[in-house]
Amino acid sequence: MNYFLTEEQQMIQELAAQIAREKIKPVRAQLDEQEEFPWEIMQVLAQADLFGLYIPEEYGGMGGGILENCLAIEQLAQACIGVATSFAASGLGAYPILLYGSEEQKQRYLPEVAAGKRLAAFGLTESSAGSDVSGIKTTAVRDGDHYLLNGNKQWITNGGEAEIYSVLALTDRSKGPRGASFFIVEKGDPGFSFGRKEKKLGIRASATRELIFQDCRIPKDRLIGREGIGFINAMKTFDKSRPGIAALGVGLSQGALDLAVEYARQREQFGKPIITFQAIQHKLANMAIKTEASRALLYAAARHMDTEPPDASKLAAMVKVFSGDVAMEVATDAVQILGGYGYMQDYPVEKMMRDAKILQIYEGTNEIQRNIIGQELNKEYSRIKETFF
Amino acid sequence: MHIVVCIKQVPDTKNVRIDPDTHTLVRQGVESIINPFDLFAVEAALQIKDASSATITVITMGPPQAEEALREVLSRGVDAALLLSDRAFAGADTWATSVTLSAAIRKLGNVDLILCGKQAVDGDTAQVGPEVATLLDIPYATFVKKMEPLDAQHLKVTRQTDEGTEVWKLSTPALITVIKEVGEPRLPSLRHKMRAKKAAIPVWGIAELGLDANDVGLCGSFTQVVRVFSPPRRTDRVIIEGSLEEQVEQLYRYLKEAKVPGI
Amino acid sequence: MKALVDGKKCTVCGVCSDVCPFGAITVGETSVEISDECTLCGMCVDTCEFGAISLPEVGAGPAADLADYNGVWVFAEWRDGTVHKVSYELLGAGRQLADKRGVELAAVLLGHGLGEALSSELIAYGADVVYLVDHPQLARFTNEAYADVLVDLIHKKRPEILLAGATSIGRSFIPRVAASVRTGLTADCTELDISEEGLLLQTRPAFGGNVMATIVCPNSRPQMATVRPKVMRPVRQPEHPGRSEVIEVSDGIFQNRVEVLEVIPEQDQTAKLTEADIIVSGGRGLGKAENFVLLEELAQLVKGAVGASRGAVEEGWIAPSHQVGQTGRTVAPTLYMAVGLSGAIQHVVGMQGSKIIVAVNKDREAPVFDVASCGVVADLFEFIPAFIRKIKQERE
Ligand SMILES: Cc1cc2nc3c(=O)[nH]c(=O)nc-3n(C[C@H](O)[C@H](O)[C@H](O)COP(=O)(O)OP(=O)(O)OC[C@H]3O[C@@H](n4cnc5c(N)ncnc54)[C@H](O)[C@@H]3O)c2cc1C
Ligand SMILES: Cc1cc2nc3c(=O)[nH]c(=O)nc-3n(C[C@H](O)[C@H](O)[C@H](O)COP(=O)(O)OP(=O)(O)OC[C@H]3O[C@@H](n4cnc5c(N)ncnc54)[C@H](O)[C@@H]3O)c2cc1C
Repeated sequence: MNYFLTEEQQMIQELAAQIAREKIKPVRAQLDEQEEFPWEIMQVLAQADLFGLYIPEEYGGMGGGILENCLAIEQLAQACIGVATSFAASGLGAYPILLYGSEEQKQRYLPEVAAGKRLAAFGLTESSAGSDVSGIKTTAVRDGDHYLLNGNKQWITNGGEAEIYSVLALTDRSKGPRGASFFIVEKGDPGFSFGRKEKKLGIRASATRELIFQDCRIPKDRLIGREGIGFINAMKTFDKSRPGIAALGVGLSQGALDLAVEYARQREQFGKPIITFQAIQHKLANMAIKTEASRALLYAAARHMDTEPPDASKLAAMVKVFSGDVAMEVATDAVQILGGYGYMQDYPVEKMMRDAKILQIYEGTNEIQRNIIGQELNKEYSRIKETFF
Repeated sequence: MHIVVCIKQVPDTKNVRIDPDTHTLVRQGVESIINPFDLFAVEAALQIKDASSATITVITMGPPQAEEALREVLSRGVDAALLLSDRAFAGADTWATSVTLSAAIRKLGNVDLILCGKQAVDGDTAQVGPEVATLLDIPYATFVKKMEPLDAQHLKVTRQTDEGTEVWKLSTPALITVIKEVGEPRLPSLRHKMRAKKAAIPVWGIAELGLDANDVGLCGSFTQVVRVFSPPRRTDRVIIEGSLEEQVEQLYRYLKEAKVPGI
Repeated sequence: MKALVDGKKCTVCGVCSDVCPFGAITVGETSVEISDECTLCGMCVDTCEFGAISLPEVGAGPAADLADYNGVWVFAEWRDGTVHKVSYELLGAGRQLADKRGVELAAVLLGHGLGEALSSELIAYGADVVYLVDHPQLARFTNEAYADVLVDLIHKKRPEILLAGATSIGRSFIPRVAASVRTGLTADCTELDISEEGLLLQTRPAFGGNVMATIVCPNSRPQMATVRPKVMRPVRQPEHPGRSEVIEVSDGIFQNRVEVLEVIPEQDQTAKLTEADIIVSGGRGLGKAENFVLLEELAQLVKGAVGASRGAVEEGWIAPSHQVGQTGRTVAPTLYMAVGLSGAIQHVVGMQGSKIIVAVNKDREAPVFDVASCGVVADLFEFIPAFIRKIKQERE
């Protein structure tokens, strides 16, 4: 379908698709099985200038926005969302700096992130603070020209692999949500270490680790923006990053659909290709409808969000929920269409189904997204004077 | 350092058609790719550029649509491209191809290193590189898998031979033909892709090269293809099935009857 | 393009102008002038008794002195002081060509301190004469030294045909010879013959063996070809008479722009793909690096080499020097055994010139069976060990 992408946007798609086809697809099964971090592919993506798509040109990026980033993520995700997650998470880690960082911080960190020389990561979740972000316990205490960080961050994507971490910590416990602040912590900072690599159901090419801060001492200029705006920064960051999760979903759905259709056309039972059975056709039709709908919503919303609209949070949540749910459904249906073969590791849909589940969990569960949408609707309609009855 | 890389657009081996009348290749309708060995040559040039400061010009002799191949290579980081295209170039054998390429390289001037693929996968002759070097009167080494500059005037190369490897020292300017081991070709980058899309690619014909129409293309060629045909298909195919012992026995007898030395 | 006039020789007699069927020749003050109407028919060339008119040496018109070239030459390669097999094969082919043309067959041997025995062997394989150049600069192969000496000999002796092996040496320096003497060169021939007009008919595979082309070199000499090893048949005729002629070359020939620093023979015997009569090749079906041991064992047993598909090389199971196919080596052994290898076109083009291709694959639909002369539908992990046992058993 023609989404009227610009020439440059089409180039991004082409390039990411080429990388997915030539570099990711041949190794995805191996990366999954060996739970290997895809460093080689990260280098290819870096060399291809894709890490800087959403970063302004003055900081070494390509000067695009959410849409450009999503176009790349979608193509990579068609091959493997484990790899694509590692890529997208660097953006998640860089957004707090891009949104609220000082000019010096931007100059110092963004060009390296844009060039893919260093990966970034985003540290928010803790063992007791998942959906409820206000439950975080990690603290940052000012000590002269430094801050001292203490606490643990759990399940951090790119943990241990990234070199730049945006970490949320409480600077003033008494102020509740207004007492949290973001800090930049670098790999190698004293008192900063990592837990073991998590064993996961899917996206096994991505690395998920605990971040451990024990009297971690960082210079005071690592504070992003000012004290107390941490939660706002986190929410604004999610507005930018959640469409990326949606793009992972769109790509995964397309990848699963492609395999399912191709398989259904060649697999014969009862003397004919199974695609001739209406039950299979309808399943494929539903998969195709949902995939295209999630893509259409994503592209339209991403374009809209690149204009910095007031309803960004609602739309970011919408695209995340929709394409995450679609991806889960489509991947499950793809396994069904491949039957027993689909259940075997010899075929990639088994991995896709395992992988898809994460899309409904991380960067805010889909329940939480619906909460956000609901709350936003409540606010929105409270401002409308007219009645619809 | 100025490096020239010679690339050739070739039909994807999977589908090749020969015009029965002219015995020349019909390229229209067949998907074209860049000769795989030439991508290794481009990669080798880019590696030198990564390590020092080199400018890379890529050239091809071919029909106007060969421009596509040049843009593809520009998108991988090559600095400039030049298309040698003229009706008169059509039907060139390796000599006439080399006459054209060497005239262009001479006109570019100040070239320190010329890189070619080991061979083109269509014509398959592996002759163009050595012939270009000969016409330019510069030393060359073929089948190179590793190369490093020794000093401003010398190059050390490791070449693959039938019997092993050899290490040669060449004075520059020199021409090198490369094999796969020089390095996996990198993919395009977005910046280079954008630049490649807009880049102006000059087209030189016989007039620009100062060549006579009779020196190039079919007219300028020494060799002439008089017949092109499909190789006879194997019709005597045997399929061995059955129990393991039977299969082993059958194959052994088959090879024995064919008098394969060593069996 | 038009006929060329040598102003120094032209006497402005005007005979040529009269015979020109196209009216392309006008008589000028000091020499005749030829216009663009010239079709290079050559009438004028034949009539000019002063030899003032010639046709350009390239392209459509025949060069004046084709008849001055005479004899068939074979470039004789050697390794470690003995003649390379391909040279005997070329002498076999060259003998037939020379007999058809009724000319001498010569072998050209370049080297330093090569024994007498080599010349006698070349004669025993059919050479009427061996031209020997002995020079320290030829002790090791370089393109320039070998080519420039051979070019010098060609200028001196003017052979009509020159054959060389399509080995890593032949394919490397022969193009320089062809370009230096300004003649055509046909690569990698698998068939040679003489046409009714006495031209060398050179047949070769192109497009990775998907197409065969017969090529001639009508207007320049020598007609040069590299010939694929293992295709032509060597014929030893111990009684064949022949002579050996030592030829001196001047030191000035050597340009010394290339220095051979090191020659490192392949230690791994199984990597000598181009020399082997038998190649046992493995693909992704082998599953892991350790399983290549199976193929190595079989290869060693039959004194063959081990090849691999790109897939196996990319998995890192075996070194790239073993790769057969479009981006690897092109091989044509007597027997090629493709084991656990699907037979992607890119692989097939590197091996389809083999005399016998045996495919071992458990998937009956694998494309490799399409090119195989003999297909074995079996699990390689059962079949190969059993086949090894069988060979050992038969040898006992
Ligand atoms: C592979 C992976 C990578 C991750 N990467 C990162 C990362 O890079 N950085 C980071 O900071 N975090 C990361 N996370 C953490 C992730 O964002 C959290 O897991 C997620 O926010 C949910 O938190 P939780 O797991 O504690 O679930 P909980 O919050 O305990 O939720 C459990 C269940 O209850 C539901 N629930 C909770 N509250 C409500 C409510 N109010 N209404 C309705 N339902 C509710 C949830 O939807 C869920 O179904 C990652 C997680 C995983 C699994
Ligand atoms: C069936 C067939 C058989 C032929 N056989 C012969 C033959 O035996 N002898 C002969 O002289 N000609 C032959 N030709 C003609 C030959 O294919 C063309 O001359 C061709 O332009 C160059 O030769 P190649 O493809 O073998 O290239 P190769 O010599 O194998 O190419 C080596 C390298 O030279 C460079 N190169 C080659 N062509 C170009 C180009 N057009 N532009 C830029 N760089 C280039 C590339 O770097 C390439 O990797 C044959 C053609 C056909 C169709």
